[in-house]
Amino acid sequence: MNLQRIRNFAGNYIFILPAFLLFFTFSLYPYFNMFYLSVTNWDGISSSVTLVGLENFKDIFSDNAVFWLSMKNAGVITFLALTVQNFLALTLAFLCDRDIKGGNIYRVIFYLPPVLSGIVVALIWNWIYDGNYGLLNHFLTMIGLGDLSRAWTSDPKTALFAVAVIHMWKGFGWGFVILLAGLQSIPRELYEAARVDGASGWVVFKNITAPLMIPVFILVSILTILGTMQIFDIIYATTGGGPGYHTEVPITRIYAMMIGSSKFGYACAMGVIFGVVLLIISMVQIRVSKMMRQV
Amino acid sequence: MNYEKMKRLTISFFIHLFLILVSLSCLFPLWWAFASSLKTQETVFNDLSLFPKNPHWENYFYAWTKADFGLYFLNSLFYTAVVVVGVILFSSMAAYAFSRLRFRGKNFLFLVIISTMMIPIPGSFIALYALLTKLRLVDTQLGYILPQINGGLALGIFLLKTFFDDLPKELEDSARIDGCGRFRVYWHIALPLARPAIAVLAIFNILAVWNEFFLSNLILSDKKLMPLQRGLMVFQGAHITQYPLLMAGIVITVLPVLAVYLLLQKHIIKGITAGAVKG
Repeated sequence: MNLQRIRNFAGNYIFILPAFLLFFTFSLYPYFNMFYLSVTNWDGISSSVTLVGLENFKDIFSDNAVFWLSMKNAGVITFLALTVQNFLALTLAFLCDRDIKGGNIYRVIFYLPPVLSGIVVALIWNWIYDGNYGLLNHFLTMIGLGDLSRAWTSDPKTALFAVAVIHMWKGFGWGFVILLAGLQSIPRELYEAARVDGASGWVVFKNITAPLMIPVFILVSILTILGTMQIFDIIYATTGGGPGYHTEVPITRIYAMMIGSSKFGYACAMGVIFGVVLLIISMVQIRVSKMMRQV
Repeated sequence: MNYEKMKRLTISFFIHLFLILVSLSCLFPLWWAFASSLKTQETVFNDLSLFPKNPHWENYFYAWTKADFGLYFLNSLFYTAVVVVGVILFSSMAAYAFSRLRFRGKNFLFLVIISTMMIPIPGSFIALYALLTKLRLVDTQLGYILPQINGGLALGIFLLKTFFDDLPKELEDSARIDGCGRFRVYWHIALPLARPAIAVLAIFNILAVWNEFFLSNLILSDKKLMPLQRGLMVFQGAHITQYPLLMAGIVITVLPVLAVYLLLQKHIIKGITAGAVKG
């Protein structure tokens, strides 16, 4: 072993040193520590930490209905995002793929809500939904539907849907941009060849567009699910999880358990369970997408 | 023939009508916030005009000074600048090593970093908070900056490594023969060539840091350290009724994002779509 070679080797490691120092400290260590904390009853302050085994997990499964309700709420928002939001995104992508005038302007405008922060979007929508001065109520009164007016985000009947609408408004432009890029990556020659062969619009869609778009659509779906299940900013700045627990989502519950109740260990266990749920969902999606590609 | 043309025109009319309606729904809330920021507390709930007759521009002065949005703005600017520079520097170094240099465990380390991008780990913020407490970094600028630099690394390394892999090596090889050390080759040759990829990386991180709320909410409680998103929530909590000033604060928050977006929207859209369609 000569000195030159060792120096050479060490020099190469210097390039990755800052990145890995940060990565080990702020990613890997917290990840593993989270699993450890999830089997303790740590309160976040005291220096004594007692191992409680799977106690936290048992309690979450048997005695934490609110957490599972929060999972369901996030599921409802996710379902709406998957269907309504992605349908809108797909429709707009198809329309803008037809070489229409001003296509680029539409694209710039539709991607505007996604670049705004959840807080900004939520604070503006708070005013739209306000019970006393809200624009929505004002509009309903104007068109003679004043009976419907209410405080949209504090009425248990509408709160979850109101929040979902904000989330979808912020998100559809993102799906639109990716789906449009997918459509535009399909070679135009394929369409022309099909037309020369006399294929109808439906046949072209079924045999060219759909098969080539399925991977893109699945990717958008996975990212929609992962993003929506972990929704926080919009909820925090509009309803804070209320009224009651009607708009609680997993992250607001974990956050409340940690900051509000100082149950750090318990909150970690919730995080672990939620992470596993997300992992299962994305693995199922990937499996399904592989199956569909084979068909 | 005439009928065909009529039909096509009608379809095109309805398509544009639909697209314009969706566009208006995107633009209206923003314009509404802007118009409201120019009204007074007395008129804001009754005067629903979209172009206020007597615009009260002084609201911006009050928002900037009395409501502390000036302070939050400078904080946001500081955090964004430091995090973006950090992400670009550290991830380009690592990406260069992963693409060009030889060292033990290279593939494994790369895989570990990239896998954190794919596997969702919600709730690790609790352990992160515990760590920051131990390091006495809660409620400090450094405590807010370092985790965010780390947060940008995975995407940065992935993006830049892919870019370096596609670059021809000849230029670097000849520089090395001329006696340039590794670090000089990286700094003077590889890094300038990577400018397009760095631009994409920079834009993504600028937007991410500027819009970040969760971490600032978790660890910053000193008003003097807060970025804009956090400042907006604090102001809303304390002065729920001062709508024009809140809306002015929102406009102050959105304006830089809007500028960056409109100037660089081609890069942004290229960036998201390239990553998504390829991956």
